[in-house]
Amino acid sequence: MAIRDVLVYPDPRLKQISSPVTKFDSALQDFIRDLNDTMLAGPGCVGIAAPQVGHFERIVIVDLTSKPKNPNHGKLVLINPVIVESSGEKIGREGCLSVPDYTGNIVRAKNITLSAYDEEGNPQSYEMKGFEARVAQHEIDHLDGRLFLDRLVCRRSELFPRQNYAE
Amino acid sequence: MNPWYLLTLVGKDRPGIVAGVTSALYKEGANLGEASMVQLGGNFTIMVLAQYEGTTDELSKAILPVAKDFDLRLHVDPVLEPRHQASIPDVRITVYGADRAGIVAEVTTALAEAGLNILNLETDVGGAIYILIIEGTASQGIDALQKVLDNLAREKNLETRLSPIDTLIG
Repeated sequence: MAIRDVLVYPDPRLKQISSPVTKFDSALQDFIRDLNDTMLAGPGCVGIAAPQVGHFERIVIVDLTSKPKNPNHGKLVLINPVIVESSGEKIGREGCLSVPDYTGNIVRAKNITLSAYDEEGNPQSYEMKGFEARVAQHEIDHLDGRLFLDRLVCRRSELFPRQNYAE
Repeated sequence: MNPWYLLTLVGKDRPGIVAGVTSALYKEGANLGEASMVQLGGNFTIMVLAQYEGTTDELSKAILPVAKDFDLRLHVDPVLEPRHQASIPDVRITVYGADRAGIVAEVTTALAEAGLNILNLETDVGGAIYILIIEGTASQGIDALQKVLDNLAREKNLETRLSPIDTLIG
């Protein structure tokens, strides 16, 4: 068991784009174990992406076993994940191990279909909705060098245009 | 560590207010914290936290010239809890209905009695619609708030929606 150091904003490496995994070998299994340990060490943490620990391959873990109220697949290791379909949008609050002490409102797709390889290299496909879909989108963003900070929205923008007050 | 102050500036809106005020603060060596800067009914309102090495009077005096330039009223308060950690809201409530006097008072009074602590409230008027968006913490649980909202919807002819905020950490 090894907990790795988490990169914290404004570390420029968080902007780096990660490369696809090509070898499903024992080094990959060892890394996934470390990544999982690091995620479990983060209080309330429900996902993590490899670049957050300075490893720039397309590997994320999504784990909602601690959130049984939300429909979810349990712990998932997603390798080279791709969102093939998405629909709906929903606003929700996000924070990040790499952005401590701040949370913000973010719009994400409500439903996604995701294809990815599991840790043995078998192709998989998942339908996700709600909170689990949000976590997957948040983690996959890390693989492309994006933080939730890049998607912050102003709540006012959802509202109706303001009435003109007479002078 | 320099003390924190809350500056309030209000006046008729015109271009350049934010740039003028924040540049003056920067020139005086102040470091800004969180701020709310918003146009309300033709006025522009600024509330901003700033860290500054001098006293309340010294900060007021330093910023007064730019406030005068833009015809803004200026008020400076010391901040009592400088290391205050912002609370994370766990509930979002949206209420809307036909515009009339009393909606905010009725809704927030009922919610306060059911344990809501408001962290952020924004309202808008869109034609004949009054809209209220509240984020806060539910000190007596979410069910207590839902019950109050159901009553308001029934008795006051308002549309209400409550969504728990489950903050993602990842």
